[in-house]
Amino acid sequence: MSSILKGQAHVYGDDVDTDRIIPGKYTKTLDLQSLAAHVLEDLDPDFRGRMATGDMVVGGDNFGCGSSREQAPLALKTAGVSVVIARYFARIFYRNAINVGLPAIEVPDLQASTGDLLSVDLSRGVVSNLSQGTEHRAQAMPEMMMAILSAGGLVEYLRQHGDYPPTAQPRDTL
Amino acid sequence: MGQTLAEKILSLHAGRLVKSGEFVVVDVDGSMASDTTAPLAIKAFKDMGGQRIHDPQHTWLVIDHAAPAPNERIGNLHELMRRFSREQGNMLYDVGAGICHQLMIDNAHVRPGQLFIGADSHTCSYGALGAFATGVGSTDLAAVWRTGKIWLKVPQTIKVEVRGVLKPGVQAKDLTLFLVGQLGISGATYQAIEFCGSGIESLDLGGRFTLANMAIEMGAKVGLVHPAGLKLPYPFTPLTADPDADYVQHLIYDIDRLKPQLSAPGSPDDVHQLQDYAGTPISYAFIGSCVNGRLEDLHTAARVLRDAHIAPGVRLVIAPASRDIFLRALDDGTVAELTRAGATFLPSGCGPCVGTHAGVPGDGETVISTANRNFKGRMGNPRARVFLGAPSAVAAAARTGQITDPTPFLES
Ligand code: SF4
Repeated sequence: MSSILKGQAHVYGDDVDTDRIIPGKYTKTLDLQSLAAHVLEDLDPDFRGRMATGDMVVGGDNFGCGSSREQAPLALKTAGVSVVIARYFARIFYRNAINVGLPAIEVPDLQASTGDLLSVDLSRGVVSNLSQGTEHRAQAMPEMMMAILSAGGLVEYLRQHGDYPPTAQPRDTL
Repeated sequence: MGQTLAEKILSLHAGRLVKSGEFVVVDVDGSMASDTTAPLAIKAFKDMGGQRIHDPQHTWLVIDHAAPAPNERIGNLHELMRRFSREQGNMLYDVGAGICHQLMIDNAHVRPGQLFIGADSHTCSYGALGAFATGVGSTDLAAVWRTGKIWLKVPQTIKVEVRGVLKPGVQAKDLTLFLVGQLGISGATYQAIEFCGSGIESLDLGGRFTLANMAIEMGAKVGLVHPAGLKLPYPFTPLTADPDADYVQHLIYDIDRLKPQLSAPGSPDDVHQLQDYAGTPISYAFIGSCVNGRLEDLHTAARVLRDAHIAPGVRLVIAPASRDIFLRALDDGTVAELTRAGATFLPSGCGPCVGTHAGVPGDGETVISTANRNFKGRMGNPRARVFLGAPSAVAAAARTGQITDPTPFLES
């Protein structure tokens, strides 16, 4: 995956839950396009019509709280969202996003308004707001997540490696 | 420095001493997926080159979220799960058996001290038994099927000490909602919670289940309930944290004077005294879900509705959490009593909790539900308002047609 992404920001508040990312009634499907058609429907009904491929979704605290449905990051990814940025993510959403190969980065001090042009350098962990001329540093991602994301997701990772790396620390007595 | 319970269980599974903040790859004792998450997991498993699942004896698939299937699309996903289970030799709970979490606990598929991974966020319920159990998405689960393992960050732990005894008529759900309100929906993100104290010791297994279930509504990875007072139908070794374990926070709550609680529409952590909303008209009451669809919850509802009928213009919908619970409620007369009072019974399963099939509210309706989530659109209609409360509060609202303090009905 190219490590510098550019796109327009769509900015939302804190605690965007998975029911608002993709309502439960649409999740029972393997047709990813049908998920994408309803992404963020109850939060921002015009989002799907307004967004362009490569756009970025920006949340505040605790983005993706609620259910374990992987359909949430899949809906965003399939709709063409290139990266999700939040002050921090709810735990399961964060794992799921990386597992399906949707970059999710935690930026504690991002300044952005809807419509701003952002550039995200994934390998350096830097987000630039080109509209406002500001630069923001992302939290370092755990190594395991970085490895999964660079492979393009957990499916690809395990297809290549067959297993997780052994944890290399010495064995203590219990 | 001693270990928290989460550190202890993860150490046992990593084969070495681990501390919070470390990353570990650990062996999984058992895993579960529902009809919301299993189909994607099956696809991911095949895509990652999986052929045989790692441990079919300890792998369960459950058809509960949209059961029986409301349309052909979901019918086909259920068929996919049945076919996969036949091929792999894992156990499948089909339509009507019950909600995944109730089945895992009641059938002892998960036990104290185990590491259990479920592709459903309320897998943290098994913390009621002292299992390190956490929810993941479909691809993480497929990786468990493929490798038998999962990678985790060892969480820091918040100790929540609950002192005192609940007043008569105040329920474990009231305590749970109260704590969700105190910690907030992101209060324990990336962290574990240990619930302990005299207020926990007096809870039965159902009450502990309710509490651990909503640890995810506090943002937590796991919610472990202290084993003091825990009774299980099989022998077990209770595991506890070391006395000198290191906690990020130690919160203490006194519950002697706790009154019935409600979560207001929009987010489970918007918790208030039920009294603040007394008199609000409701038209739809739901009793069920993995947090409060148990036999004792149906008994509570029957007590509140004894010799009464639900109010005109109100519907009361009940989905027992498992077939076994439904059978016991049939045998002891509770189903007849509630049906005579005007209730409608649904098959055992998630029912209206997640808005996938039966029991979707209409525009502008106000609902009161025993479930655990009330995010906008949760029950299938973003234009309905959903209050969350204890089974007693839901039954009382069904009886009177408005939000009502249930305690007087339980005293008589
Ligand atoms: S009852 Fe509701 S919260 Fe529980 S597993 Fe089913 S959908 Fe999820």
